[in-house]
Amino acid sequence: MAKKLNMRKRYELLTRGLGWEPTYQPKEKVFPQESYEGIKIVDWDKWEDPFRLTAEAYWKYQAEKDKKLYAIIDSFAQNNGHLNLTNASYINALKIFIQGVSPLEYGAHRGFANLARQFSGEGAQIACQMQSIDELRHVQTQIHTLSHYNKHFTGLHDPFHMHDRVWYLSVPKSYFDDARSAGPFEFMTSISFAFEYILTNLLFVPFMSGAAHNGDMATVTFGFSAQSDESRHMTLGLEIIKFIVEQHEDNLEIVQGWIDKHFWRAYRVLGLVSAMQDYMLPDSPMSWKEAWDIYFVDNCGALFKDLGRYGLRMPKFHEQATAEAEHLSHQIYFTLYQFSHAAAFQTEIPSKEKMDWLSEKYPNTFDKYYRPRWEMYAEMEKQGKRYFNAGLPQLCQVCQVPMCFTEISKGKPLDLSYRLSEYNGDKFHTCTDACKAIFDHEPEKYSHAWLPVHQIFQGNCGGEEISDVLKFYHFNPEDSGEYKGSADDISWRAAHGENNDIEESA
Amino acid sequence: MSVHISTKEIKTKRTNYGYVGRRIGHDKPASRYQEAVYDLQPTTNFHYPPTWAKGKELYDVRNTSIVMEDWYSFTDPRQYHYSAYVMARAKQQESMDNNFKMAEKHNMLLSIPDELKESIKKILTPLRHVEYGANMNNQDICDRGYGSIITSLASLHGFDRIGISQYISKIILLIDENESVGLEQGRIDWLDASMWQPLRHAMEDIFVLDDWFEIMVAQNIVMDGLIYPLIFDQYIQEVSSKGGNTLILLTQFMSDWYAETIRWTNQLIKVVAKESDANNELLSSWVIKWTERLNKAVLPIAQAAFTDGGEDKLEEAKSELLARLVKQGLKI
Repeated sequence: MAKKLNMRKRYELLTRGLGWEPTYQPKEKVFPQESYEGIKIVDWDKWEDPFRLTAEAYWKYQAEKDKKLYAIIDSFAQNNGHLNLTNASYINALKIFIQGVSPLEYGAHRGFANLARQFSGEGAQIACQMQSIDELRHVQTQIHTLSHYNKHFTGLHDPFHMHDRVWYLSVPKSYFDDARSAGPFEFMTSISFAFEYILTNLLFVPFMSGAAHNGDMATVTFGFSAQSDESRHMTLGLEIIKFIVEQHEDNLEIVQGWIDKHFWRAYRVLGLVSAMQDYMLPDSPMSWKEAWDIYFVDNCGALFKDLGRYGLRMPKFHEQATAEAEHLSHQIYFTLYQFSHAAAFQTEIPSKEKMDWLSEKYPNTFDKYYRPRWEMYAEMEKQGKRYFNAGLPQLCQVCQVPMCFTEISKGKPLDLSYRLSEYNGDKFHTCTDACKAIFDHEPEKYSHAWLPVHQIFQGNCGGEEISDVLKFYHFNPEDSGEYKGSADDISWRAAHGENNDIEESA
Repeated sequence: MSVHISTKEIKTKRTNYGYVGRRIGHDKPASRYQEAVYDLQPTTNFHYPPTWAKGKELYDVRNTSIVMEDWYSFTDPRQYHYSAYVMARAKQQESMDNNFKMAEKHNMLLSIPDELKESIKKILTPLRHVEYGANMNNQDICDRGYGSIITSLASLHGFDRIGISQYISKIILLIDENESVGLEQGRIDWLDASMWQPLRHAMEDIFVLDDWFEIMVAQNIVMDGLIYPLIFDQYIQEVSSKGGNTLILLTQFMSDWYAETIRWTNQLIKVVAKESDANNELLSSWVIKWTERLNKAVLPIAQAAFTDGGEDKLEEAKSELLARLVKQGLKI
């Protein structure tokens, strides 16, 4: 009679001892990326694969999930589910998602394949490999989910081409390139911990509850379907940090430095999400500030209290991020509003109801600093002078967000904030103390950044005229500018039998 | 009887994503495969140079000496994107699960002579480690390869190898009635027994190759092209003829999987060799180099697996492999 094995033991037997201990080739040649960052791993066996998922179980669960997901995507398309949205302006959130986020999923797929090959312990290898293939799932299911929208709306048509070139997309791209160009442990700290663990809720919740509140069943279904993958990824992010820090005392300082840097880099990427959440969703489930308070201040505060045992502390500059929470979305959306003639989404002045909602959610800041500006823009629009900024914005050398932030932590929310560093005789501008600190720590790296505005001025983006640049981005004229009267607005109204006379409705 | 359900017809703005339309035509509807694999990989305007590859970009065509005008001219004849892949494997998994359950329930391994059981353990157990190494090589291709078609394929192909190493482990556990002794001995053999050392040595030499396409050839085409027909076809047949026909059921995944693999490796070689004489020469030289090396490395395993004629059986596998590759246009 064969003895019974419990799941844990069985998993251990199926995978145990597979890690490679080379003898014909030197270990540092087989795993060349494992030591150059200065991280010291004494015993990879201390890494326990937190998922204990066999290949068989993985195939089975994932196939069941995909079967359900694709059934809903198909029925959504067949029944023209997009007509049940609250409003077509909601699609602008999806445009930012597929242009800005989906390509990152692909980058994560490749990055985790790198870790699966470069880490020498099999627990870590297999966990990273699972994440790699999950990320492939995410980019592909996102493409399939949004494919139907692409047939009916503007701006979703060429996300991967855009991601490599467009000015506002260099914010997410440069963050990911930052992590990818570093070594495997820094990549893991950045993507698995700073992004997936600390900040992922601030990305996922706004998009997915935003979808739910605005009638987008396809995206919501994708979100739910990805959630069990995401929870595995979050577990991995936390495990790896504890593992690295426990392995050797020298690791702590290195890892804390990476947490500080990548927290800030990832947070800056989320600035785009804050604008989407507060301004682009016709029906917003919660404000950026509320989400920040719950998911960062409360949850991460508790997390770092727990991580204190390992000697880790809250990321540097987190106070500044929290101080900015009442301003961030407004400052970024103003920027997007001014430059949306050069974006593959449309913007508009918030409606009266929206402004009242913003006043309620931002009692300390909206009426005081931001409502008056919207009223001014509304007045200009009324006079037929909808405001677009004719220039090109200066970008921060590190986060690549246009220099739109103010001296909030210095108590001067009306003063523009910028910092200056010199390196090799050149001047480099950054948006805050945080980005300046990151630049000054690795000036060689950040001086390489492909800054879209510089590139346009140097003639590397299709030509001298804005129209040349937009062509280079693969934008169509109807993709950009003001939402009211846009192609999406017009076809939405037509599909809902509304009057298309914009003059009258304005 | 057909019923007409009236639905609302809505005219679409466009048929396709731009990146798919540029490849298949903007008015032609795209398949899920096409949407999921074409041109996802960044190609330009990288922000920072990688710290782990001096002088290279984050994604770089120069990671191989193979030159393609378009790295998307090869497509997978199986059309595996993630979802199609997991659905196909889940189906196979279900049937493998039944096979294992049946073998266990009816004590089907009891009737296998002890001597044969020992042979099965001796030959199959160390292959877990071969599969694991093959997975590492495919993760490497996914990491350093070029173009989302080939790299996603390598990712899925590598995942399969994890699955296969687990199926082998399950077979050994079934024979050993869930004792771990066989698995442990397999690891010792893999590390120390002389019959496995040439293969382990070759594998480590493949790990350190600079050119990811050479890894593709050495691992997925040559090494697998020798081991799979030799072990999962010929050896399992021999085991079956000696009273171990249950092993056919328990290795069904592996034989089906290899038959499936041939479809895309043939297509890959055909497309890449056809691109240029230089590619063809390079591929051919890699095939010659690795066939020679791996044939020697697999020989002691062939000799141990068959009472007699192991060498001929390996020779047969080799000729078949080379004939197949010549058919795809290689000059060998």
